[in-house]
Amino acid sequence: MGRLNWDALPFYSWVAFTGALVTVGGGLLVVALILYKGWTRKLWTDWLTTVDHKKIGIMYIVLAMVMLLRGFIDALMMRAQQAIAMGNEGYLPPEHFDQIFSSHGTIMIFFMAMPFLTGLINYVMPLQIGARDVAFPFLNAVSFFMTAAGAVLMLLSLVIGVFSTAGWTGYPPYSGAQYSPGVGVDYWIWSVMISGIGTTLSGVNFVTTIMTQRAPGMRLMQMPMFVWTALCSSILMVFAFPALTVVTMMLALDRTFGFHFFTNAAGGNQMQYANLFWMWGHPEVYILILPAFGVFSEVVSVFSSKRLFGYVSMVWATMAIAVLSFTVWLHHFFTMGSSANVNAAFGIATMIIAIPTGVKVFDWLFTMYRGRIRITSPMLWTMGFMVTFGIGGMTGVLLAIPAADYVMHNTTFLVAHFHNMLVPGALFGFFAGYMYWFPKAFGFQLSEVWGKRAFWFWFTGFYCAFMPLYALGFMGMSRRMEHYDVATWQPYLIFACFGAVLVLLGIICLGIQLWVSVRDRVALADTTGDPWDGRTLEWATSSPPPEYNFAHIPDVSDLDAFYEMKQTARTAPAPYEDIHLPASSVYAPLMGVAAAIFGFAVIWWIWWLAALSLAALVALTIARNVTGEPHVTIHAAEVAKIEGART
Amino acid sequence: MSASHTSPTANPQSPTYTGYLTGYVLAAVLSVIPFGAVMLGGLSTHAVMVIIGLTALIQAAVQLKYFLHIDFKHSPKENLFALAFAVVLVVLMIGGSLWIVSDLNARMMPAMGANMEMPQEL
Repeated sequence: MGRLNWDALPFYSWVAFTGALVTVGGGLLVVALILYKGWTRKLWTDWLTTVDHKKIGIMYIVLAMVMLLRGFIDALMMRAQQAIAMGNEGYLPPEHFDQIFSSHGTIMIFFMAMPFLTGLINYVMPLQIGARDVAFPFLNAVSFFMTAAGAVLMLLSLVIGVFSTAGWTGYPPYSGAQYSPGVGVDYWIWSVMISGIGTTLSGVNFVTTIMTQRAPGMRLMQMPMFVWTALCSSILMVFAFPALTVVTMMLALDRTFGFHFFTNAAGGNQMQYANLFWMWGHPEVYILILPAFGVFSEVVSVFSSKRLFGYVSMVWATMAIAVLSFTVWLHHFFTMGSSANVNAAFGIATMIIAIPTGVKVFDWLFTMYRGRIRITSPMLWTMGFMVTFGIGGMTGVLLAIPAADYVMHNTTFLVAHFHNMLVPGALFGFFAGYMYWFPKAFGFQLSEVWGKRAFWFWFTGFYCAFMPLYALGFMGMSRRMEHYDVATWQPYLIFACFGAVLVLLGIICLGIQLWVSVRDRVALADTTGDPWDGRTLEWATSSPPPEYNFAHIPDVSDLDAFYEMKQTARTAPAPYEDIHLPASSVYAPLMGVAAAIFGFAVIWWIWWLAALSLAALVALTIARNVTGEPHVTIHAAEVAKIEGART
Repeated sequence: MSASHTSPTANPQSPTYTGYLTGYVLAAVLSVIPFGAVMLGGLSTHAVMVIIGLTALIQAAVQLKYFLHIDFKHSPKENLFALAFAVVLVVLMIGGSLWIVSDLNARMMPAMGANMEMPQEL
């Protein structure tokens, strides 16, 4: 079948073989658990075929957590290799080490951070604007299954064949067919492209939802800050992701069909790849960070028991960041050889983007100033973020100077810098959001003790793991080294590995937190729907919210809509009415399966299967479109019963 | 910009088959022209590029008018605002790319055509 044969199984190294065993074993274990507990039907009807934004959001976050584990194991393996490999080969062969750093980056960006933020936006944003669902509920499910299809391809590369060795950016000429002839880069291309299409659709969906589905009375300048950041992040998705789709498609044409977009020999230009890739890549940084900024804004306001300081400046700063994020992409390739004028222009633009970001940091600080601060776990992540992100921001302004970038580029200083932005700036925010909105989603709170332990391990682990890398960068250590022979580097690398172990403990604490909280769910139950004394609309409904979110669409007249409701006693609600909701649909999961098979077939050149799965994808799309929009109706009596049970 | 529950694409005049057909024919013609310019040859490379660029721009306008039903009289403010933002980004992306790549080209490939080797010293 195509170029697929028995050699594709991972017998080339015992580490890779173990990885494959763990992947397959883990998958089988999950299937066995589902069969043993008899959850198959429930899983299919309640979850996989659902179009409910809340359940889709939860599925996104489950996917993100699974992939976080995989991506972190990669990180731990790299740190262990570099701690050992002073003057020797370490325990990983170079081919395998290169796969690991490539898959670590790809997973963390595309299959951890993106699903995590999409999940949070999916769950929270419709509740915060007082809507019953997103604008296109079915499309939402399709987006999820496209992302999941990409993740499946990503995991499959562990078992069948190899992954890319070209880094998460996949620069040609190395990623071209001449230097990387195997399936590795193709796995990277198709998993990224398929999930990227899902993300573009999500972006369209979220923008439309925010523009058209807001509760009556909610003006744009009365939207909660998280909704604003979701809006700006979604706009960036819509405008930036097509660049990624195009550039990966061009690389696929080069590799599979012998095109020459990026091969210099036949009139192509490999530099255009870097240009197009980062035209997506830089806005992507802000796609990841902006929703986390939104979470921090919600958390800092609620746990300081104050209205967010400088809401208007925060909104404008968010929009400024969104626009400016499209003006700085060249700083990712300062050293490619542009003239001083070009480098200077993009360097200055990069420094300017620090200004709106600084505005935000001060807004959060002033929100805390004279607030009645409650140090809960979401608040800890937020404060840890502010301190750490400040340091990362300063190293970023340093790297924005082209002359300094010539010294630091491609060293571990850069590695430390971007982890210093994305770990606090994205991941800490997602954890804060996860712990903050968990009681809303499941009706019971997460254990605060274990949440705080997780935070302290992550926080200290982060510093131990990445501060040595800053120093090593100044000492001249390149990134992505499989082994080295400079004895003075080794103590730093051993210390960094120790930091990674601390982060591992943090991840274990997160697992224990979930276990303990589920066990004690009765004691931790949230019966009010408002466990944190919240200020925005999602806390106005029960925890977990009913399928229809709000029995009555709320009327909004203030920024902190729910806080205002709590202050002014409302008159008795009007009688309940029938509620129409979109019905669940089998098409979205089937389309995801077809997309995953299509990707697999193209990677392995099994053309009959590719044609078949593509035809299936088209047929499913047409079939879904001719069946129209099936609805279910929840009758007024049932609504009354659900709402009656609440009080 | 106030919240509204009507779809932002709802237009006073509903789209008609004639509209779609006109759009389709125009789009097809505007695709055939640049394709022909490349395939038939005879024109200078510069002229071909100008033809491709111009027909692409006109086709973008055609698609916006006939398929997406955006015009300056009936479309809601949000749509025009989004369109303006898109124009800003397209200018940034295409203008920036042209600037960056032509600059790189001038610096890195001094003997384009004769010698494809990159200069070793920077």
